This record gives sequence, structure tokens and C-alpha cells, in this order.
Amino acid sequence: MSTLTIARLELLIARRNMWVATSLVLMGLFSSVLTLAGGAPSGTLGVDPLLIAITSITTLSVYLIPLIGLLLSFDTITGEVDRGTLALSLTYPVSRGEILLGKFFAHLLVLGFAVAVGLALSAGLTIWKYGSADLNYLPLFKLFGTSLALGAAFLGIGYIISALARQTGVASGIAIIIWLICVVLYDLGLLAALVADGGGVFTKTVFPWLLVANPADAFRLINMPVDTVSTLASGLGGAGGASGFGVQMASLLLWPLLALGLAWAAFRRIEP
Amino acid sequence: MTVLGIDNVSKSYGDLHTVCDVSLKLDAGERVALLGHNGAGKTTLMRMVLGLTPLTSGQITVLGMAPGSRKARAAIGFLPESVAFNGTLTAREQLHHFARLKSVKTGTADELLERVGLTDAMNRKIRTYSKGMRQRIGLAQALLGQPRLALLDEPTSGLDPISRHEFYDIVDDLAKAGTAVLLSSHALTELETRTDRIAIMSKGRLLANDSLSALRKTARLPIKVEIRTTDETAQQVAAQLGGTRVNGASISLEVQQEEKVSLLGQITGLGGLVKDIDVTPASLEALYRYYSAPDPEKK
Repeated sequence: MSTLTIARLELLIARRNMWVATSLVLMGLFSSVLTLAGGAPSGTLGVDPLLIAITSITTLSVYLIPLIGLLLSFDTITGEVDRGTLALSLTYPVSRGEILLGKFFAHLLVLGFAVAVGLALSAGLTIWKYGSADLNYLPLFKLFGTSLALGAAFLGIGYIISALARQTGVASGIAIIIWLICVVLYDLGLLAALVADGGGVFTKTVFPWLLVANPADAFRLINMPVDTVSTLASGLGGAGGASGFGVQMASLLLWPLLALGLAWAAFRRIEP
Repeated sequence: MTVLGIDNVSKSYGDLHTVCDVSLKLDAGERVALLGHNGAGKTTLMRMVLGLTPLTSGQITVLGMAPGSRKARAAIGFLPESVAFNGTLTAREQLHHFARLKSVKTGTADELLERVGLTDAMNRKIRTYSKGMRQRIGLAQALLGQPRLALLDEPTSGLDPISRHEFYDIVDDLAKAGTAVLLSSHALTELETRTDRIAIMSKGRLLANDSLSALRKTARLPIKVEIRTTDETAQQVAAQLGGTRVNGASISLEVQQEEKVSLLGQITGLGGLVKDIDVTPASLEALYRYYSAPDPEKK
């Protein structure tokens, strides 16, 4: 019950939060542009236009969803400590786990709403442009579900940062660094290792696991339709497909649990 | 009935001892003022009662329960020293939230907002509030659910004199309904008539814990007596009673409690020579300075 009360307040705050409005605009805008412009390269080759749009949106989501997740969560705890509102909250009969979970539910709802708006716009524009015949909606739902899992993972990572950082400014800096590492530098590092290895043991045994260990890459692997439009996707996608759907999903689902667990452990140590 | 029991409680951060061996009890309906300089350990003591800060040694019980336990927290109303809220919320939204956390009807929250005089402003965002108005929301949330124990840390800071008066009226009502009230304040004069007991802390130690009259008795600080006469008779009166002349027509004397009645008898014997008398017992401020002074020999 207390968890719902916390979630309810967090949604009230989110309604007036600049980051939430930014997230909605970003997802809506980029999804629309990618859907309208994304069909150009395929011409009339007979590829499902929704699939083309989803491929583009997946590439975009790998960057945007972790960013939105971190933006929503980086000041969750440190912001309350800075403002001095946490001490009072903790004198009420509510546990730290309930506070964290309540905030998580609210943030996930906000993130899910932003993703849903983007995907709905994309589907609507595709139908408007190409008609609704022969469209396969399954990848759309798969993208939505995995987006939630990816978002949940980065919300959890944001809470860890928020519980460990002493000040909100520091937390925002760390959040940006984590984002850069996860969505850009990690892949670059792997790519460099692949090139150096030249198809050796690393490429065949270690690499697929390292790739799937990053939730952003697991998300990309799940949603990239490798057979149809792999040329549009990241070069890493094809090489990492070896880990399989089950492992990729496990990575995406375990990350939120692990991150939330660690965030809770860090939150418990805070003396407001 | 003991609502709050603090037994030999200490708190240390390495070599820094913020609270040293403090014992204090609060019964239902008691109003106790906790006095002390900044850094005396008052806030740390309150935080330990709330379960926000762990104890180094000793024991605290709230209605027999461990501090910080769910039931203990449900029984406490707390107003922090510098109370803060999320500025994007309205006072009504914020108080409804706290009411839900305490399983209190939201209608009660509206009544409390009315009681602290915020009905007209309750749908405005808190960021537009003055410090005094925020303090009123703080007080309203501390009253939610008729707490058995109210911990009020510097509750009147930021309030104007009229609001302070209204605040103490609310505290009186709380105590009458059986709530034990522990409040800390720097505004000593307003506490004199509004509390049942005074506890004085200095450098983490509890130096005094008694009613105001008992503290006066123990401290043996002199009672000030000021007698007004006329320019012509002042010299004569001063010669008979002793004391020093102030402003030409007034005489100032200091006596101990046991000498007071005989002095008043002497003054009455002077008849028409005396125009007026003021008798002032040691103020709380003087008592506070006496008990919190570092020199132990004065006692």
C-alpha cells in the first residue's frame, strides 16, 4: 500500500518534471522522423515497412532509453537528501524498499508511456503511409517489452548512482559517464578487441558473452531482425547473435533485478 | 504512562561524542523543552528517537517499542529543524501523501491545513511559500494521526509572534489529548509558561531536567526586586532597604527566594513612600546560562 502511495506522489512530481516532458518529446519526435524517413532506402523491395521503422527505432532506443532511464533516476535519492526531504519521509511508517519500489514503478510507468507514445506514432504513421495490410505487429510488442526491461535496468543503475553519490551534481556527471560507457565505449572496446583477435578464441568464445552482458547490446540483439535487414544494423549485431535469444532475454531481465537489489543495499546505508 | 524512555544513551562518531550518557523520560501529556547551544546534541538525540541515527550505547523505547520500528514511527509526529518539501507539489498534495503513509483519512489532512491557517493557500505550489508557511505545513504533517509522541525541532523558527502564540496553543491541545511533546527551541522566553519541564543539554550531556520552579530553587539565582519611589524619597528608601538607586526614583535589589517575603513585609511598612514594585524571578535565559556554563564550581 505504501509503495503505491510513494508511486502516486512520484507520478504527481513527474507530471511537472522537465526530464519527463523532454523524454516524451524525444521519443515522439525521433520515432515519427525515423518512420517517415526510414522507408526511403527500402524503396519497393517488399520488406515490411514497419520492420524498417522498428530497426531504425531500435538503433535509436539503444541510445535514448538508457539516457531517459538515467535522467529519470539519477537524483531520486541524492536529490531528496540534498533538498532535505528524505529524513522526514523516513520518519513515516514506510520502509526504504517500499520507497525505492514505489519510485521505480512510477518511473517505469513514465518511461513506458514515452516509449508507447513513440511506437504508437510510428505504427500510426506506417499505416497511414502504407496501409495496414501485411504488417507484422509482433516485433512492435517485442520492442515495447524489451524497451521496458532496458529502461528498468538503467533506472536501477541510476538509483545505485543516486544512492552512492554525495551530491546531485556528482550523480548527474556519473550518470552521463555510465551512459557513454554502456552505449558507446563498451561496443567500441569490443570492436577493437575483435579486430585485434582476428577471429581467434576471443571472438568465438568470450565475445558473445561479453556482448550480451551489456543490457543495451542484449536489447539490440533481440530486436534487430538480423535475417532481413542486417545491413542496416550495427556491425556488431551479426557477430554477437551466437549467444541466443534465451541468454539475451536473461541478461535484459536480470539487469533490472540486480541493479534494484544493489540500489536497495546502497540506499539502506544512507543516514539522511 | 511512559511514552518515551531514553536510558544512558550515547552517540559517538570516532572520537567525537555528540551525545553522552543521556537519560530522559516523557510521560503522556507532558510538554518538555529541550534546550542547548547549537551542537549540544539535541537534534542527534531526536534523530536517535526516530531511528534515523543508530545508537552507540544505551536504550531508547517509544511506547515500549524499538526506535525506527514501523509501529514506533506510526506513533510519532516529527517536525524537523529546517523542514523541506518538494516545491512542485501543493501543500494539499503533500499533506494528503503523508496522510496516506500514516493511514489517516485525507479529510483529516484538510482539517489540519485549516487548523494551521493554510486553507487559502493549500492549492498553491509549495515553492511559492514563505518559510513560515512551510513551517506550518511541517506542523500540520506532525499532527497527522494524533501522534502519541511529538518531536518538534526548533518548531517556531521562521514564525512571527502571533503564529508562535497559535503554535503553542496547538501544542497545548496536543498535550491535553495525551500526546507527549518534546520540543527544542532557542526562543527561551516563549517556553517559560508553555512547558511542564525543562531539559538542558550542553556538549552532549544532560545538565538539568526538572520543572522551571525546581530549577530556580536549585540554581539559587537571585530574585530581582525593583521599587519605584519619588526623587525626594528614593534616598530614604534606599537607606532603609539597601540596594542601589536606578534612574533617580527607582531602587533595585536582589534577594534569595527565602528572603523575598520578609523584604515585601518591609516594603509594605514603608507605606506611601513606595509607588510601585516589580518582582522578577530568574528568567529561563539566566537559568539556561547558569546550567550550561562550562564552570562546574559555580554549582
